Amino acid sequence: MAEKEKLTMVMFSGDLDRALAAFILATTAASMGMEVTIFFTFWGLNIIKKNEGNLKSQGWMRKMLNVMNRGGAKRAKLSKLNMLGLGTGMMKKMMRETNLPSLDEFITMANQMGVKLIACTTTCGVMGLSEDSFRSEVESLAGAAYFLGEASQSKITLFI
Amino acid sequence: MKADESLDCVGLYCPMPIVKTAEKMKQLKAGQVLEVVADDKGIIKDIPAWCRATGNEFLGAEQKDGEIKVYVKKSRE
Repeated sequence: MAEKEKLTMVMFSGDLDRALAAFILATTAASMGMEVTIFFTFWGLNIIKKNEGNLKSQGWMRKMLNVMNRGGAKRAKLSKLNMLGLGTGMMKKMMRETNLPSLDEFITMANQMGVKLIACTTTCGVMGLSEDSFRSEVESLAGAAYFLGEASQSKITLFI
Repeated sequence: MKADESLDCVGLYCPMPIVKTAEKMKQLKAGQVLEVVADDKGIIKDIPAWCRATGNEFLGAEQKDGEIKVYVKKSRE
């Protein structure tokens, strides 16, 4: 076959439902033999933060941001019908009942399938996050040029 | 249809049948046929698309009482 097809996505949102869509596409594309990169920026960084949370950062504004915006795949909420967590809880239960992996499991699975998870350095800088704020599946930090380089060689690019 | 291996995906939804099929196909030898048993209708469209993308051969699908069987032949190692 010709050279590997590529799928490159920007994960901008930190919503559970959007992240699930991204990881369903990522794992399917990897199964189809595609090279997959997900570039996490802004609220999307919450998806790949450690579940245990890392609250260390410089300055009171960043500390406050990281307390109020703790992140972690297990804490991600639905973009609609969250109802103070009740809706998200019910959705998670329904997902379990239909044998769908949780977002947390999807991240591990995607990583094992070779999906590259990249965190945007600029938003990390602004929000006071460092490499050890993120779970081990995250490959590295990179900038917009890296994303554009990957995207320009990709048949499919999505902004989620 | 005769198959060399069978994969049970009953009760699983997209993307799991595709992920499991891709994983299972790695264990097959070229020319061998995998039977995937599922109950999510999406698989009827998804498996042929997966075959086109990966260069494997889609042999067909059978439906009976809500159970779907699709057959995939591995083209090469």
